[in-house]
Amino acid sequence: MTDLARYQDSLTIQRVLHSATTIAVVGLSGNELRASNFVGYYLKRHGYHVIPVNPRETEILGETCYASLLDVPVPVDVVNVFRAPGALPGIAREAVAIHAGTLWCQFGVINSEGARIAEDGGVTVIMDRCLKVEHARYAGRMHWLGFNTQRITSVRSGLQ
Amino acid sequence: MTDQPAGAETVPAEEDRAFGFETRQLHAGQRPDPNTGARAVPIFQTTSYVFEDPESAAAYFNLQEYGNTYSRIMNPTVAVFEERVANLEGGAGGVAFASGLAAQAAALFTLLEPGDHVVSSSALYGGTVNQFKHVLRKMNVELTWVDPDDPGAWRQAVRANTKAFFAETIGNPGGNVLDIETVAAIAHEHELPLIVDSTFATPYLCRPIEWGADIVIHSATKFIGGHGTSIGGVVVESGTFNWSNGRFPVVADPSPAYHGLQFHETFGTYGYLMKLRAETLRDLGGALAPLNAFLFLQGLETLSLRMERHVANAQAVAAFLESHELASNVTYPGLPTSRYRPLVEKYLPRGAGAVFSFDCAGGRAGGQDLIRGVTLWSHLANVGDAKSLIIHPASTTHRQLGDDELRAAGVGPGTVRLSVGTESVEDLIWDLEQGFARVAAAAGEKVATA
Repeated sequence: MTDLARYQDSLTIQRVLHSATTIAVVGLSGNELRASNFVGYYLKRHGYHVIPVNPRETEILGETCYASLLDVPVPVDVVNVFRAPGALPGIAREAVAIHAGTLWCQFGVINSEGARIAEDGGVTVIMDRCLKVEHARYAGRMHWLGFNTQRITSVRSGLQ
Repeated sequence: MTDQPAGAETVPAEEDRAFGFETRQLHAGQRPDPNTGARAVPIFQTTSYVFEDPESAAAYFNLQEYGNTYSRIMNPTVAVFEERVANLEGGAGGVAFASGLAAQAAALFTLLEPGDHVVSSSALYGGTVNQFKHVLRKMNVELTWVDPDDPGAWRQAVRANTKAFFAETIGNPGGNVLDIETVAAIAHEHELPLIVDSTFATPYLCRPIEWGADIVIHSATKFIGGHGTSIGGVVVESGTFNWSNGRFPVVADPSPAYHGLQFHETFGTYGYLMKLRAETLRDLGGALAPLNAFLFLQGLETLSLRMERHVANAQAVAAFLESHELASNVTYPGLPTSRYRPLVEKYLPRGAGAVFSFDCAGGRAGGQDLIRGVTLWSHLANVGDAKSLIIHPASTTHRQLGDDELRAAGVGPGTVRLSVGTESVEDLIWDLEQGFARVAAAAGEKVATA
């Protein structure tokens, strides 16, 4: 069993959300109805530089698509994974090789070997969490649709 | 500059903390208004919202971005109420409606198709019985009523086309307490969701999702609002039910009503709730008014305080009735003699609610004389007000039901239903004694004239 709580720390999630600028989305689909496309669109809209990684496409969401993480020509802050859990060890090795800051695995993308490879290589791991949901929870408008953000705060903060 | 909206970067990071119920009933769902600093929840009395630009408008309508479009579908005041109830229940989110019955119809409508089948407890609020018997039948949905206390009955009622189990946490007005964990386990054996109307318990007394329920419905009109001011309802979903298990193509398959979107695959945890809002609420209407959401939020702020008092008073009134010679069959599940006592200890340790019934001596005439005799209890068709309420179901709320259905719902000809309020309890008992005096006097007159 993977100790998921270890990879879902709220302070780490907020630090990653607030410090990242470049996010490589592995398995980003060109189909506008797929979850990965919703997330990529949302992240781009909120100012992140989104880099699609998908060997079957050349351009997604108006951004140049790369076949693998190793082909991405710029530094990557977050590697966001929309692939089957079994693909995670290989993606983790590539994330270490390109010195990515964080390996962020979406809902259900759970693989303890992949997490261990990334951690041993100095990469922060977030697992079984949606990047869009966490952004919307802490910096966005998730509360506008009645979702339980679980936030309790009396601090007056920015326009959401 | 302190009056400029701060960027997300300057907001202090929030640690995970398991805040207490009383903190969450005041704060969940709301943060101080970023524009004005308003501490109270602003009432956004607006039908619609100006879009920043065409691309943003498209993103909102495509559900690619969380955004306000039209108050039939979402409203910032209503959203605070929805999130607060979802937080208190431990669900993934909530969607509010103009009434409890609208909420219930929408919760079912989202997962049912013509030809489907629902298994329901027979011990239900009369309004729910009517909705199930007549509206579901018009939708060509079949229904099987079961004794909620009999686990075998639930299991035996399941068919290939069954799509949900439905029951009340505390039955209205018979006081049946649902064995939530057992019934949820039977539902899950068959890959079905358990839907629970938890109006009488409120999230302060019981949180059905913690025991395995998948969808919780409230008539917010009752204890959540708490002051008898507004009609409304809310649906909370756990976010953990697997709608892609093959039984629910209406939730999982590409939606013709939303350009082929697969709600469960795309939104995962939030798929059912997204469909409930973006399709069912959008298409059926029945949106909660912002002012009513505000009044419900005022109620929620004191929910725990009121419920403590409601259950203490209910316990005392039930004990009084149990010892009264003109009252019998007191259905308060909090009584030591109740057959639901073990279930109360498990699911309702803080108290068994404040609505129950008893049978008044003298049958139909006796029940009516009792109501004529009281002057503090209000004779009306509602429950969950801070003021104490009294009604005779056979001539009002359950009037449309036949004798067999009345019996199945735990209602007899002399049954009187009480919703015990938060007044001084000795005044409540004094007033019931006035009522019983009238019953006794009327019975005496009958004897004298016989």
